[in-house]
Amino acid sequence: MTNTDICIIGAGPVGLFAVFEAGLLKMRCHLIDVLPQVGGQLSEIYPHKPIYDIPGYPSITAQELIDNQLEQIKPFAPTFTLGERVEQIEKQDDGSFIISTGDNTKVHSQVIVIAGGLGCFEPRKPEIHNLHLYEGKGVDYMVKDPAKYKNKRIVIAGGGDSALDWTYHLADIAQQVTLIHRSDSFRGAPDSAEKVFKLAQEGKINLLLSHNLSNIHGNGTLTAIETVNKEKETTAVEADYFIPLYGLTPKLGPIADWGLNIDKNAIEVNTFDYSTNVERIYAIGDINTYPGKLKLILCGYHEAALMCQSAFKFVYPDQKLSFKYTTVNGINTF
Amino acid sequence: MEDNLIQLTVIDRDGTENRIDVPTDINVSLMEILKASEYDILATCGGMALCATCHIEVVEGIENLSEASDQELDMLDTLPDADEQSRLACQLRLHPNNNGMKIRLKGSLQ
Repeated sequence: MTNTDICIIGAGPVGLFAVFEAGLLKMRCHLIDVLPQVGGQLSEIYPHKPIYDIPGYPSITAQELIDNQLEQIKPFAPTFTLGERVEQIEKQDDGSFIISTGDNTKVHSQVIVIAGGLGCFEPRKPEIHNLHLYEGKGVDYMVKDPAKYKNKRIVIAGGGDSALDWTYHLADIAQQVTLIHRSDSFRGAPDSAEKVFKLAQEGKINLLLSHNLSNIHGNGTLTAIETVNKEKETTAVEADYFIPLYGLTPKLGPIADWGLNIDKNAIEVNTFDYSTNVERIYAIGDINTYPGKLKLILCGYHEAALMCQSAFKFVYPDQKLSFKYTTVNGINTF
Repeated sequence: MEDNLIQLTVIDRDGTENRIDVPTDINVSLMEILKASEYDILATCGGMALCATCHIEVVEGIENLSEASDQELDMLDTLPDADEQSRLACQLRLHPNNNGMKIRLKGSLQ
C-alpha cells in the first residue's frame, strides 16, 4: 500500500499545482486519475487549444501548460496511479483514510483532496421508465466483449458514431441487429451512416428511423424493446440484449456517496480553506462550488494554495506552519 | 427598446413561460444568460459542448441562429431526446435578429 500525506483525486492542472503548494510545506502527494495520462480535460479534450488567462503566459496551449506543470512539480517527486477510478474511502481510527480504486490499488493518506474537474464520464441513459429494472439483465451501456452477442438478437439505440459503428460490427456476429434512431438521418459520420444504410438495404440489419424508445418488455430478463413513431404507432422488437449508445456525460461517480454536501453535481466547500463538510477532505477546482464560484484554472490554483495551508495541521499536527516565499526560500526538494 | 436589448420567451420544464430581456452586446452564451436569470441548468462542462445539460428546444426563431458546429451536432446526435429543433445553449451567441425567439429547457438535471 502506498503511504502519502495528501492523496489527490484528479491529475488535471489544479491537482498538479496542489502538489507544488503541498511540496513547499513538505507534504508528499499521490495522485489518482481515471484517465490513462495526467492533464485531465486539458490533455484529453483540448490539448492543442490555446489558453489566454494563465498569468505570465499571453498564450499557452493546454498540453504545454500541463507539461510545464509536470516540470514544476518534479522536485517534489509525486507518485501516480493512472487509469483507475477511486471507488471507496475508509476513515481510520486516527483520522486518516484508506482510498481504494476499482482495480484494488490502495493508498493510505492523511488528507484527501478532490480535484476531479468535471468528474468522470459515464454512459448517458435514455429516459425509459423501467430501464433500471433491466440493467445487467439484458441492458448494456457499452460493448465490452462483442462475442457475448453471438447468435443473439440485439437492439442498439442512438445516432452517434458509436451507435453506427457497433451496428456495423455486430451485424456479422449477432443473429439479428436492429438500430433505433429518433431522427430519419444521421448528421455526423457520413461514412458510417452509409455503411449502415447499405446493410439495411441488403436486409442484414433492421433500421427503425424516426422511432423513439417507449418501453421495455420482459419478465425479469429483457424480451422486447417497444418504440413509438410520430404517428404514435408502437412497434415491439424482440431482443436478448438492448444497447443504448447515447454517448458519455460527466458525473460525480462514487464521490457522490461519500457523505459530502453536493449541490448540482458540485461539492460544497468553505472558502476559508476549501474544506468540505467532512474533516480532512478538501475539494478544489471545477468540482467544487461556493458563492461566486468561477470555473477558471487560475481560481483552482488559488484554492490549491489555501487548501495546503489548512491541510498542514493534519499532516504535521505538532508543528507550527511558517509561510515562506519561494523568492526567499527557494524550493527545497524532497 | 434599446438596440442591443432583445426579448426571449423561456418555457421552463414545468411549462411556465416567462419573458426575459437579454442584452446582445455582452459576449456571453445563452447558457450563461439562462443561468444568470436563475433557470435550473447544470452546465457541468462550463460551455464546451461536452455535457449537453444546456440542451434546449428552439420553439420559434431557430432560423435566425447561426449554424451548429460539428462538435455541437455530434453531441446533439448522441442525445436520446433531441430533435430538429434542438440546440446547446452554451454554443449560442444572440444577436438583435434573435428578438422574439422562444425556447424550451430540456437539459438533464442529473
